[in-house]
Amino acid sequence: MSYTIEGRTGTWEIVVGLEVHAQVISHSKLFSGASTTFGGDPNTQVSLVDAAFPGMLPVINHECVAQAIRTGLGLNAQINLFSRFDRKNYFYADLPQGYQISQFEHPIVGKGTISIELQNGDVREIGITRLHLEQDAGKLLHDQDPTKSFVDLNRSGVALMEIVSEPDIREPEEAGAYLRKLRQILRYLGTCDGNMEEGSMRADVNVSVRKAGEPFRTRCEIKNVNSIRFVMQAIEVEAARQVEIWENGGEVDQETRLFDPGRGETRTMRSKEDAHDYRYFPDPDLLPLVLEQAWVDELATRLPELPDAKRARFQAEYGIAFYDAGVLIAEQAVADYYEAVARGRDGKLAATWVMGDLFAALNRTSKTIETSPVSADALGKMLDLIADKTINGKIAKEVFEDMVETGESPDAIVEKKGLRQVTDTGAIDAAITAVLEKHPDKLAEYRSGKDKLFGFFVGQVMKETKGKANPAMVNEALKTHLDA
Amino acid sequence: MSLDLATTRRIAKLARIGLEENELEATRQKLNGILGWIDQLAEVDVTGVPPMVGTETETLRQREDKVTDGNCRDALLACAPETSGPFYTVPKVVE
Repeated sequence: MSYTIEGRTGTWEIVVGLEVHAQVISHSKLFSGASTTFGGDPNTQVSLVDAAFPGMLPVINHECVAQAIRTGLGLNAQINLFSRFDRKNYFYADLPQGYQISQFEHPIVGKGTISIELQNGDVREIGITRLHLEQDAGKLLHDQDPTKSFVDLNRSGVALMEIVSEPDIREPEEAGAYLRKLRQILRYLGTCDGNMEEGSMRADVNVSVRKAGEPFRTRCEIKNVNSIRFVMQAIEVEAARQVEIWENGGEVDQETRLFDPGRGETRTMRSKEDAHDYRYFPDPDLLPLVLEQAWVDELATRLPELPDAKRARFQAEYGIAFYDAGVLIAEQAVADYYEAVARGRDGKLAATWVMGDLFAALNRTSKTIETSPVSADALGKMLDLIADKTINGKIAKEVFEDMVETGESPDAIVEKKGLRQVTDTGAIDAAITAVLEKHPDKLAEYRSGKDKLFGFFVGQVMKETKGKANPAMVNEALKTHLDA
Repeated sequence: MSLDLATTRRIAKLARIGLEENELEATRQKLNGILGWIDQLAEVDVTGVPPMVGTETETLRQREDKVTDGNCRDALLACAPETSGPFYTVPKVVE
């Protein structure tokens, strides 16, 4: 256990569980045919169902169910062939129905696991308790008017997956690693875009503290934290607050709190007496959701390769290190790019170029892998030119920079600039002769035993050939000349 | 099952129904009347009978993921007691 809080009465550890709300990628809403596109004109993507007009009935979206199943499969979780929808009752201005349709007793997905990797290379399993489908609420704008809140229902009724972890997390860093891994899996699956700034992935953080070996103490829930960094900060400040209370002889109240990043503190959000009195009951408008195993199996066979599997395959297939494989699979688009470059070529060399020169060029030109000025195909062709000795590694850097700038093919650049590697022994011999004539003093020194000057001669010959000579051939020929 | 005055007050609060003190007793009696009527169901022995959510034997009907609805802001807002521009408005709620 590396993260602990030293109090006056001893050492405290933290216990954290996360509830992640992940917006499902679908065209239309969970129970209505209104669009889910982000950023639409206020209240234009709202049907009578979403605005809770009397008599309107929900009809579930098949694709949202499929997305929940895919996510469950990606989390190595139990898929429940029988699940049901319940009403979670509470009053708030962003919830026109007065209840949220959710799944309480019978969620669509049961227990699963996520394996996370920490900075020091340790790998840990974090348990998933459940995943259920529910409706998102609308959005309130508080800054438009001194006395009124404005309501936009575009988001009302969009499908969410609530993904609940076991209280297995013991460090702020683990919480960050868990969220990053979960987001990566969701993006690979194409079930949620994981965009925390736009709010399509949000986290509620349950925090408690205890001394080693104790059972769990009372927890607090910190609502709607919208970045991974804030989740980690919120855990730290909330844990410190709770330790302070316990050590002063107080009791931590089970309550919902808000994290204020500006002040670096959490504060009470709702009065606790009403917070958890949701009076759940089965939604009489919706029959139980019964799935056929055959459909689940079919979805399973069409699942994409997931990050852990891809990483292991990259290591085995392309002979690259665990760490490098982790960098290359972090985003699916990067993994696809790398694989297009590496397939049938030297996988290590491909990794070096993608993670080195390519990433640097993307950074410098503010481009992404999708808009890369050098296509995977072009980079692959350049590696072929190195492999067949048309160019050497040093010239390749020059060719690559030209590719970044002009977008031309490596062949065309090599021809245009005359960069073809010199493998003609006559030309290399001529260059060596010229260099030796220019530096008779150095030649004498070398011959009197100053071996280190060999490198100097190699450098001069490369310069004489404008860097285009095949280095191995230069070495070979130089030895012959010098030792003659 | 029967409600006391404190529970009646609490249910009213959760439902956001403002009840005056002098209305509480009458409300309590009305609710207890309903509860008493429903309590008759407790006379049935349901040992070994699985819980039933509905009378339908069908399973849930699912729709295709297509945008078929929405774009009716004017009609929606026309029904609202208060609006401003493209928004509904409500008394300010800030946590």
